[in-house]
Amino acid sequence: MEIQHGERNLKTRRQRLYEIRKSFLRNWQLYLFLLPALTYFLIFHYIPMYGVQIAFKDYFANLGIIGSPWVWFEHFERFFDSYYFWRLLKNTIILNAYNLLLFPLPIIFALSLNELRNGPFKKWTQTLTYAPHFISVVVVVGMLVAFLDPLTGLVNHAITSLGFESIPFLTSPEWFRHVFVWSGQWESLGWNTIIYLAALAGVNPELHEAARVDGASRLQTVLHINIPSIMPTVIILFILNMGNFMQIGFEKVLLMQNTLNSETSDIIQTFVYETGILEGRYSFAAAIGLFESVINIILLITVNQIARKVSENSLW
Amino acid sequence: MSRFRLSDKAFERINIAFVSLLTLIIIYPLIFVISASISDPHAVNTGKMWLWPVDITFDGFKRVFQNEAIWVGYKNTIIYTLIGTSIHLFLLLPCAYALSRKELMAKKVFLWIVLFTMLFNGGLIPTYLVVQKLGMVNTMWAIVIPGVLGAWSLLVARSFFQQTIPDQLVEASKIDGASDLYLFFKVVIPLSLPIIAVMALFHAVALWNQYFNALIYLTDEDLFPLQLILRQILIINEVSADSAASAAGAAQSFADQVKTASLVKYAVIIVSALPLLIVYPFLQRFFVKGVLIGSVKE
Repeated sequence: MEIQHGERNLKTRRQRLYEIRKSFLRNWQLYLFLLPALTYFLIFHYIPMYGVQIAFKDYFANLGIIGSPWVWFEHFERFFDSYYFWRLLKNTIILNAYNLLLFPLPIIFALSLNELRNGPFKKWTQTLTYAPHFISVVVVVGMLVAFLDPLTGLVNHAITSLGFESIPFLTSPEWFRHVFVWSGQWESLGWNTIIYLAALAGVNPELHEAARVDGASRLQTVLHINIPSIMPTVIILFILNMGNFMQIGFEKVLLMQNTLNSETSDIIQTFVYETGILEGRYSFAAAIGLFESVINIILLITVNQIARKVSENSLW
Repeated sequence: MSRFRLSDKAFERINIAFVSLLTLIIIYPLIFVISASISDPHAVNTGKMWLWPVDITFDGFKRVFQNEAIWVGYKNTIIYTLIGTSIHLFLLLPCAYALSRKELMAKKVFLWIVLFTMLFNGGLIPTYLVVQKLGMVNTMWAIVIPGVLGAWSLLVARSFFQQTIPDQLVEASKIDGASDLYLFFKVVIPLSLPIIAVMALFHAVALWNQYFNALIYLTDEDLFPLQLILRQILIINEVSADSAASAAGAAQSFADQVKTASLVKYAVIIVSALPLLIVYPFLQRFFVKGVLIGSVKE
C-alpha cells in the first residue's frame, strides 16, 4: 500500500513538474515583467530587513553586517534604561493619540458635504478644501513659521489686537502638539472626505425614500441611515490609521522641532534620525527603529483582531 | 408633517453655513499667502495686510527670479520628478500586469512578497546603509530610487488591470499568436491610460514635495531639490544665497534684510507651488479616482 501510494505521488509530482515547465515556457514573459519590481523590493525592502540584525550587533562599517560582533539586547537595554526613553515614548503616544482623536472630523465633514445639493457650491468647496493636501510639508511648516511668528505673524497680530500677550507658538513645548495636530487637520480634512463621500454615494436611495415616507427629518436620515451605512469604511480606515500609529508625520515633526520645544516634540522617529543619521550610531538607532516597528505591528494586529470580533469588518 | 419641513430647512441652512465656514477657514491661509506675496512687506509684518494685497509690489518675485539657488533647485526638482516618475511606471506597470494575469504561477507568493513590505520594513537606518553601500549618497539616484515603488500602487494598478482587461481578450490574442510583450504594449497600455495618468500624478506630486531623502542623502548643494532650498529660506531663515543682497550686504541695514526675507518668503511659496496650483483643478478628478480605486477592497 505504502509503495503504491508513493508511486502515485511520484507520478503526479512528475506530471505537475511537466505542467509547471509547460506553463512557464508559455508565460515566461510574465515572469520577466515581475523582475524589475521584485529586484527593487529585494534590494530596498528585503535587504534592509536582513540588515535590521545590526540592532543586535555592534555595527562597524569595515566589518560589515555579518562580521560585526553580536551584542544581543544591549542596545535595547540601554535605550529602555535611558532617562529619555519614557519621554520619547510619552511624546510619541500623546502626539499620535491626539491625532487619532480627530479621526471623526473628516467623517462629519463628509456627512455634511453629502447633504449639499450637487452644483457649483459643492464642487467648489471640494476643490478648495482638497487643495492643502498638495502643499508640501516644507511649505506648510514654512507657513506656520510665518503666521505664528511672535512679532510679525498674523496670528499674534490678531491676539495682541485683542489685548492679549503674543504667544511664541513654535518655541514653546505646551503649544507644539496643538499646532502640529491642527495644522495637520488643515492639510488633510478635505482630502480625507473622499473615501467617505464615495461610501455615502453607495447608500441605497430607497432607504432614504422609505424613511422620508415614514416622516423622518433630514437630520434623522443622516444619523440613522448614513452613519450606519458607512461604518464598515470607517472601521477599515480606523484600522489602517492604527497601523500607522507612531509613524504619523515624522517629517513634519522634524521640521517643526527646535531646542526650545523639544520637551514635547522629541519623538522616537526624530530620535532615530538624530542618533543614526546625524551621530552615526547605526546599531543603537536601528534598535530603536525596530522597537517602534514591532509596536506598530502588534497594534495593527490587535486592532484588527478586535474589529473582527466586534464588527466583522477587518483587513484580514 | 410641516414641523419636519421646517426643521429640514433649518438643517439645510445650518449645514450650508457649516460647510462655508470650514471652507473659508481652510482657504484663508492660501489667500493670505497670495496677497502677502505681492504686498509691501512692512504692511504684512505689521498686520496691516490681512486679506487683500496692500501697496502692491512685485519685488518679492523679482528677488526670487534673481536667486540662483532657487533656480538650481527648481531644475533639480524637475529632473528628479521626471526621472523618478518614469522609473516608477517602468517598475509598476509590467509587475502589476503580471500579477493581474491568472496564468501566473505562485501568484500568492509574489503578492505576499509585495504585501509584506507594507507590514514591516527594515527602518530608516538599515535602508540608509543599503543606499550608502550602493554608492548612491550624493547622487540623484538616492532621491529617485528609494521609495520609487510602493505596495499600495501595485495593488491599485493590479486591480485596475483585473477589472479592465478581460481574460477573453488576452486568451483570444494569445491564440492569434500574440506574446505577452506585444499584448502589454499594444493592448494593455492603450486601455489603461487613465490609471497610468493617476499613478504618474501621485508619484510626481510626492517627488515634487519630498525633502527627507534629499536631507539625509545629499550634501552637495548643486544637487539640492527645491524643497531643501525652501527649507533653508522658510524655516532656517537663510536668505544669504541671494547674490544681489550679498553684494549690497554691507550697506544693507538689518531692517532691510528682514524686509527682503519676508518679501522672498511668500513669493517663493507661490513659485514653488505654481505648477501644482495650475494643473490641480484640471486633474482633481484623476486624483480622486486614484484614491477610490485604491480603496476598493478585494
